[in-house]
Amino acid sequence: MAGEKANRIHLTEKDYQGAPSTMCKGCGHDAISASIIRAFFESGIDPRKVVKLSGIGCSSKTPAYFLSPSFGFNAVHGRMSAVATGANLGNHTLISVGVSGDGDTSAIGLGNFCHMMRRNVNITYVIENNGVYGLTKGQFSATADKGTVMKGGKVNDMPAIDLAELAITMGATYVARSFSGDRKQLAPLIQGAAAHNGCAILDIISPCVTFNNHEGSTKSLKYAKEHLDPIHDLDFIPYFENIEVDYEEGTDTQVELHDGSHIILHKLRRDYDPRDQMQALQALHSAIAEGKFLTGLIYYDPTRPEFTAEINLPENPLSQLGQDILQPPAELLDQINAQLMK
Amino acid sequence: MEPVKINDLNICVATENGSGSASSNNILFKAIFKMGIPCSSKNMFPSNIQGLPTWYQIRASAEGYYARKDVIDVMVMFNDATAAQDIHRVRDGGVILYDSTTLLPTHLKRDGVQYLGIPANKLVQELVPASPLRTKQRNMLYVGALAYLFGIDMAVIEEVLHDTFGKKPAVIESNLVCIEAGYKSMKENGLAQTIARLAPIPNGNKGKIVTEGNTACALGAIYGGATMISWYPITPSSSLAESMEYYLPRLRKMKDGKNSYAIVQAEDEIAAAGMVVGAGWTGARAMTSTSGPGLSLMNEMIGLAYFAEIPCVFFIIQRGGPSTGLPTRTQQADIQLAYYSSHGDTRHILLFPHDMNSCFDLARRSFDFAERFQTPVFVMSDLDLGMNLWSSDPLKLNAEPFDRGKLLTAEQLEQWEKQGKKFRRYFDYDGDGIPYRTVPGNPNRKAAYFTRGSGHDADARYSEDEKDYKETLDRLRRKFETARKYVPKPIVEMTEGVRTGVICFGSSYEPTRDARERLRVLGLKTNHLLLRALPLTDESKKFLAAHDVIYLVEQNRDGQMAAIFKEEWPELAAKIRSVCIYDGLPATAGEITRQIRAYETQATTGAEEWREKKLIASI
Repeated sequence: MAGEKANRIHLTEKDYQGAPSTMCKGCGHDAISASIIRAFFESGIDPRKVVKLSGIGCSSKTPAYFLSPSFGFNAVHGRMSAVATGANLGNHTLISVGVSGDGDTSAIGLGNFCHMMRRNVNITYVIENNGVYGLTKGQFSATADKGTVMKGGKVNDMPAIDLAELAITMGATYVARSFSGDRKQLAPLIQGAAAHNGCAILDIISPCVTFNNHEGSTKSLKYAKEHLDPIHDLDFIPYFENIEVDYEEGTDTQVELHDGSHIILHKLRRDYDPRDQMQALQALHSAIAEGKFLTGLIYYDPTRPEFTAEINLPENPLSQLGQDILQPPAELLDQINAQLMK
Repeated sequence: MEPVKINDLNICVATENGSGSASSNNILFKAIFKMGIPCSSKNMFPSNIQGLPTWYQIRASAEGYYARKDVIDVMVMFNDATAAQDIHRVRDGGVILYDSTTLLPTHLKRDGVQYLGIPANKLVQELVPASPLRTKQRNMLYVGALAYLFGIDMAVIEEVLHDTFGKKPAVIESNLVCIEAGYKSMKENGLAQTIARLAPIPNGNKGKIVTEGNTACALGAIYGGATMISWYPITPSSSLAESMEYYLPRLRKMKDGKNSYAIVQAEDEIAAAGMVVGAGWTGARAMTSTSGPGLSLMNEMIGLAYFAEIPCVFFIIQRGGPSTGLPTRTQQADIQLAYYSSHGDTRHILLFPHDMNSCFDLARRSFDFAERFQTPVFVMSDLDLGMNLWSSDPLKLNAEPFDRGKLLTAEQLEQWEKQGKKFRRYFDYDGDGIPYRTVPGNPNRKAAYFTRGSGHDADARYSEDEKDYKETLDRLRRKFETARKYVPKPIVEMTEGVRTGVICFGSSYEPTRDARERLRVLGLKTNHLLLRALPLTDESKKFLAAHDVIYLVEQNRDGQMAAIFKEEWPELAAKIRSVCIYDGLPATAGEITRQIRAYETQATTGAEEWREKKLIASI
């Protein structure tokens, strides 16, 4: 339960909650919503400066279940990435959080998803990945592994799309994978994503307890837990806190984010620098070959400007510019008319 | 022999596309324009980059009619592939200008026309060194030949060359050499024609501009405060967005060098529409431009914007459909697709520009309508308006304040709270169906709400309740009824006692204006209504009621607009007769006149119809 402790802007964790969830009991998505609530509370982000967006599907319903004080937009199937891109262009001073599912992202919306990453749109894009279409009652999605078995015995004969690998290839600048049940890892990853100026993709294994939690499924709770392969433990240190906390020279890697916050990566069993793209892709490939879920901050590129900086938008959001700025003077139209007389 | 007509001439140039004829045709058109003669051009080009037939028609009309004319006086036969058909496109007594480098084959000879030869291939080989440029320069020869034959001043042509290629003296020179050679060839061979002459009209086009509807729409959108533009390349709408790409940096850079706009080439039309919806949701003036197939793809997003009540603007530059159809030809065949866009019960506001100034003005105002009604608004143009060159009065800015509609600021919400008024996003406070709106970034604690395309109640909460759903649908319909009072009214031209009415919209306006004059000469007086928007307004109903017969001119097969009229006023439906033109070419007065005459005379024999055709053609 949310505590009474207040954060830096005098809000309690309760202030970050949403409407009561209508997910199935035990659904991974609710755990992710709880981590989002925790992350935004811990980072002391004003929910009025956040917009929540989603597509269609079980996962896409969840923005109603966190951050009530924020504007939300439950759009159409597969197109949240496009709608979020537009919203970001309309007002780039707001923090965008997108929630999508594996059907929404990896099938119907794959093209738009790729182009959002290609543009490095500033967003925290959460994929609640369970390998199955829940809201339409149990069809395979494009992230279902080849050979995984549906409840009724149907075997999936198509290979899975690995969304983290795709994200790195397509230009996302913060790519992480986690597990819905691992709040200790997930909440700091969300905090990092929100602090990052650019396209942050969080591919979160989130078992569907109703349609994909049986023996033979590679996205069941049991299977996921048995196959998690964390690269590192991690801590998020917000910019307003002292960085010295928890940092150990030699075994820890420190990643600085755009707002001055840090992610401290505590080495587990290998050296891993998420800023090394080739290493990230290799690690992902090996994990896929071994049937494991590589989790943690897989890839991070702080150098590439996010989309609205790339296209030279002003400090004030486009949505707040007035007629004085938006309507050129009539004299300029006269000049154009004169050119068109030639 | 027929008398020499002054400044009444219809030239058709047949070439291969990709052969540089765009430049030569443009120079020819601009030269006639600069002589002060009212003129228009219609480019009938293929969906291809090189090697397919293309025709360019220039109509000089002393009387000031700008529609495409189907009676061709002069055929410039510069494309072997279509020559056999082209010789029959020209009227009896007309002129054919052909390449006489080789002997004209017998099958390209016909009676009743005058053949004038120019050894174009031979001349261009003498004048232009072998290079890819040679074919392009060949087309300049007919410019010179026509200049000599019809009296276009060479000094004016030089002026146009300077306006067109100002910074490239070498290009001006090489083109001029060929144009002069064409002129000389006619002169030295003593060739002449007697059908028409072009004579300068002092100050004739003074103060007129030449532009395309896509440019006028782009400028209108910029002056209307468009800030988020997302689009996907598709003919014939691409040049609208490209025109914005050209003008935005020139008109809308901020003092600190930042852009007061975002223009994004999207990955597809769905994404373009999605970005527009997202940006419109945040309060930005957002738009896209597209054509038939793009509009089909955008339908789901349009339904979302309609149901979630998000302002956004769609510029639809219509082309030949269905499917890929005729991508480079014109139609008004997406009226119903736009009007009823998306699944479920939907109806939208459509605006119909009919000339350059209304393109500019309606483009600007479309954002006001979108914000006032918190809904998608469609500006319905087409290839003829959008991509052909139109002579026009200068674009005029009406600098009225932006109408942001019922948009609540944090301060206004605070006032509401003080008055004990609760903000309910989808509640109909004013009984006009239009709710109040807040946008993300509004810091007031009561401002935020959850937007969704699924069922919702007046407080924007998810709801599958039958009462909530029906109430929402009814309110949206109420909002649409309110729009009737706001949309631009039709322009009506009425004379007492005239019992026949003609209705048209968009690019059908020019040929209809022309046709009404022809009908008048033939003894049929008509009143006129130029429709400028949907939903329909009382003015249209009164116009229907005031006449015995209404001819509704539109460029589609099924009478799409007529169906909307008939649905609106079934009691008046029987009066409406559809004049439908759907061959993909810009409508002509001749065809409109023919169809109306056929209705009027009902039982005509084949012979009579033929005579009638000739009569109409000769006017």
